[in-house]
Amino acid sequence: MEEKFDAKSNDDVLTTVFDWTKKGHKAALATVIDTWGSSPRPIGSQLGINDKGELIGSVSGGCIEGAVAKEAFKVMELGTPRTLEFGVSNEDAWEVGLACGGSVRVFVERID
Amino acid sequence: MKKEILDIILTSRSNKQTLAVITRVADGMQWAMLENDSENHKVFSPLEIDTIKKSMRDNKSGLISDEKFFAHIYTPPLRLIIIGAVHIAQFLAPMAKVAGFDVTVVDPRSSFATPSRFPEISLLDEWPDDGILKLKPDTRTAVVTLTHDPKLDDPALVETLKTPAFYIASLGGTRTHGKRLERLKSEGFDEKELLRINGPAGLDIGSVSPSEIAISILAELTAALHGRLVKSKNVSA
Repeated sequence: MEEKFDAKSNDDVLTTVFDWTKKGHKAALATVIDTWGSSPRPIGSQLGINDKGELIGSVSGGCIEGAVAKEAFKVMELGTPRTLEFGVSNEDAWEVGLACGGSVRVFVERID
Repeated sequence: MKKEILDIILTSRSNKQTLAVITRVADGMQWAMLENDSENHKVFSPLEIDTIKKSMRDNKSGLISDEKFFAHIYTPPLRLIIIGAVHIAQFLAPMAKVAGFDVTVVDPRSSFATPSRFPEISLLDEWPDDGILKLKPDTRTAVVTLTHDPKLDDPALVETLKTPAFYIASLGGTRTHGKRLERLKSEGFDEKELLRINGPAGLDIGSVSPSEIAISILAELTAALHGRLVKSKNVSA
């Protein structure tokens, strides 16, 4: 059964990721390791991703989670961690960026 | 991240310990270190160990050693101690829980402090001063008294003022708060110490209902946490 989000007890990223792996899911963890300018989430913020595409937590205000999840699937497959950088978005380009004008560096690793 | 490291993080959190997880950014290798860890981590230089320990004291995660390592500091949850299992507490307790606080409600009156009134909240059936002595507020703890009753609020404040709690607040209007400060002054607290008590509790946002009062207290508490509390409404004794 799919579990519903409950802010009172279930907003914890690591507990959820731990539960996913216990149930036999593949999972990855993305962590903000550096920020410049007005990034929306501070250093240490985390996003958990599992092989069903479920997400818990955040590494931005929602601007880059999709792109991070895409990379997380590769990390889940290969097992090699990656560091991703996201900068200011360019409205004229089809690229992922942060509308707030900040930049973040995100470390993505598989839970082994 | 290895499951063992994840397990260490979750265990240290439930043991209320501060933990650093150090990741080597190049390959993802990780090490866990507790605050009083004396284990010989050969991979780190003495200078790096010092930097990690300082990051733990300051609760500041970040890249260290020319971005070679990422030090992730995991601290135990912030705590909120509520004195008085009253109507407002029924809103403040769950709201604070959503905001990430470990909440305990202290009230010796067993008809107030019931699990049905406070589902999933820790209840302590003690006199407020004993409750404070037992719970030992630290720099990551907030204490709010809500009973309006000097018999219950005052003893809690007396004990809390002796602790480094980062936020202390007491419900009651300006006149009630003035009288409260007078009583505490006669207990031997000076003006500077009494300034630590935020009274009337909460930001002035025109709150009327219990949930609105809970919001104003939670907002003031958040401002205190981030060093943004503006002392403008202080009532003197």
